[in-house]
Amino acid sequence: MGRSLLDKVWDLHTVRELDSGQSQLFIGLHLIHEVTSPQAFAMLREAKLGVPFPKRTYATVDHIIPTDSQVRPLADGQAEIMMSEIEKNCRENGIEFFGPESGDQGVVHIIGPELGLTQPGMTIACGDSHTSTHGAFGAVAFGIGTSQVRDVLASQCLAMHRPKVRRIEVDGELGAGVYAKDVVLHIIGKLGVDGGVGFGYEYAGSVFERMSMEERMTVCNMSIEGGARCGYVNPDDTTVEYLRGRRFVPEGADFDKAARWWRGIASDEDAAYEDVVGIAAHEIAPTVTWGINPGQVVGVDGQIPGVGSFDGDDRLVAEDAYRYMGWNEGDRISGTKIDVAFIGSCTNGRISDLREAARVAKLGRVRPHVKALVVPGSQAVARQAESEGLHEVFREAGFEWRLAGCSMCLAMNPDKLQGRQVCASSSNRNFKGRQGSPSGRTLLMSPAMVAAAAIEGAVIDVREVFGKGESS
Amino acid sequence: MSSSEGRHVTLVSGRPIPFRGNEIDTDQIIPARYMTAVTFDGMGQYAFQDLRFDGEGNALDHPMNDPRFQAKGPRIALVNKNFGCGSSREHAPQALWRWGVQAIVGESFADIFFNNCVAMGIPCVQASEADIHALMTAVEEDPSHDLAVNLETMTATYNGTEYGVRTHDGARHRLRTGTWDAAGILVDALDDVRSTAAKLPYVQDFRD
Ligand code: SF4
Repeated sequence: MGRSLLDKVWDLHTVRELDSGQSQLFIGLHLIHEVTSPQAFAMLREAKLGVPFPKRTYATVDHIIPTDSQVRPLADGQAEIMMSEIEKNCRENGIEFFGPESGDQGVVHIIGPELGLTQPGMTIACGDSHTSTHGAFGAVAFGIGTSQVRDVLASQCLAMHRPKVRRIEVDGELGAGVYAKDVVLHIIGKLGVDGGVGFGYEYAGSVFERMSMEERMTVCNMSIEGGARCGYVNPDDTTVEYLRGRRFVPEGADFDKAARWWRGIASDEDAAYEDVVGIAAHEIAPTVTWGINPGQVVGVDGQIPGVGSFDGDDRLVAEDAYRYMGWNEGDRISGTKIDVAFIGSCTNGRISDLREAARVAKLGRVRPHVKALVVPGSQAVARQAESEGLHEVFREAGFEWRLAGCSMCLAMNPDKLQGRQVCASSSNRNFKGRQGSPSGRTLLMSPAMVAAAAIEGAVIDVREVFGKGESS
Repeated sequence: MSSSEGRHVTLVSGRPIPFRGNEIDTDQIIPARYMTAVTFDGMGQYAFQDLRFDGEGNALDHPMNDPRFQAKGPRIALVNKNFGCGSSREHAPQALWRWGVQAIVGESFADIFFNNCVAMGIPCVQASEADIHALMTAVEEDPSHDLAVNLETMTATYNGTEYGVRTHDGARHRLRTGTWDAAGILVDALDDVRSTAAKLPYVQDFRD
């Protein structure tokens, strides 16, 4: 019987089995940011522990950094303290820090892959739940809490239980205007927000084989929203070609050796899985969340499911969502008026996302009542977009073009919703209050759908916009 | 007790407080705007902030504002399904802990939240849906007793009624033996860590 990628990676990284039944797992790449690391460094100091593998940790700032001006000292004193703290901790421990002046700063899950730090077959950890993003490369990548950030700093290891593996196969052809974001929202809608608890997801099938690395990252990013501990795609030619020439990737003969090893880490043909789920690509429409968790989704052409269509606990959550969002039975998602449009985040802040959004932005102007932000996921994405003139496309259409950061994905910076505003957002969480206002409302969708909503002033099927615009 | 052992967590008791609802995510437990701080000190006062107060600071209908649940001392939280889902922020269990929560009894927990709790020495134990409903109702009718969570007998006892609970074997072992804080154990094996690393080709940048 063959082994899955997760099992191979796990076995290679297991230092020893612990009495608790957990594995002591070596972590190949550790990424840190300013929100979940300062307390970890404080715990280290308190326990008088050092950082024995400083070259296996890299740092950046993303969550609190403002996206209008990053001139120091930062306007928000508390943000400035957090910024200085990570600078100091990195300096004192010999950790490389990608701050704004490095030209490499950005959302932690965007810069890791971009710099070639993220590679197949690695174990990766970061004090951030969307670490699952890195699984797109065939890495086993976990979000961890602050005590565990301390553990990795102190020992380059985590004490972990091996997850079971569920293979999710998506086969067939995605329709025009249907993106990776729609695929993952559809999967979470089907399997539920807690369907993946205890599992790692292996994404497979012809749709994933054809996807670019950026699209794979979008899907793996949201594995955690389905409750899975991690999610990955087996490395293939697309993975190898993406990595060739990146800064932290070996060159020449070493690269060839690396590529062979990466390919060998993929799941065996006859690997055993705890569970296999099949999904037909043609069933996936541009998808929008209507509720207060990422599993409450509806095709843009559909009617918001009635409360009566849910049983038991799901019904209570649906009732809560109806109240919070202000729906009436029979409402449709299409036509829902929006106040804010946000394009960015580690889910959809990469160059291909901006290109698709710009294709839509070219076809109209942002409605006057809509505040529309485009926030590149990293400084490198911003440079690339600017070299292609995308920033001008956005500005001409009435979008604000911002500096790299997490921005309105979780609003730990000045970009926040006000009151009960409705935001069409390319991010990953529609929890109550997620975007900075305790009563703010979030509709998750693909970046092209967000751009379409910005110019329509309301949720609209991006296929209609393309149909009208690009054919004429 | 070796240097890597902490508090042995076997019996935790305190006044119960029910947080009803499924999918209570960590953004609700501690809203992100209270995370702009470099320490966890002071997090306790912001636990459930947006469920406790409206935009104008008026108290909302929430158990933490309910006069019946204001007894001083340690607390045991009662929760429903998938508690702690969403963001990995340890600020969530840190806020609950600093507010007084020393154990959580619920129908189910999100993975990262569960792990964060264990790493802090906070037991999260599961009971059946029916038992959680019964417990919550019993507590709401008469909140004046301590709820005792026993990791030896795997029971939760309230006002004379005993409910069976379960948790992950590994977590139970770590809590009972005082080894819930993994750092010391992991650091003990640094030599083995180095030899595992030496066998990974990427650690050597794929050079021989
Ligand atoms: S973009 Fe959003 S989800 Fe991603 S790391 Fe930043 S805050 Fe977290």
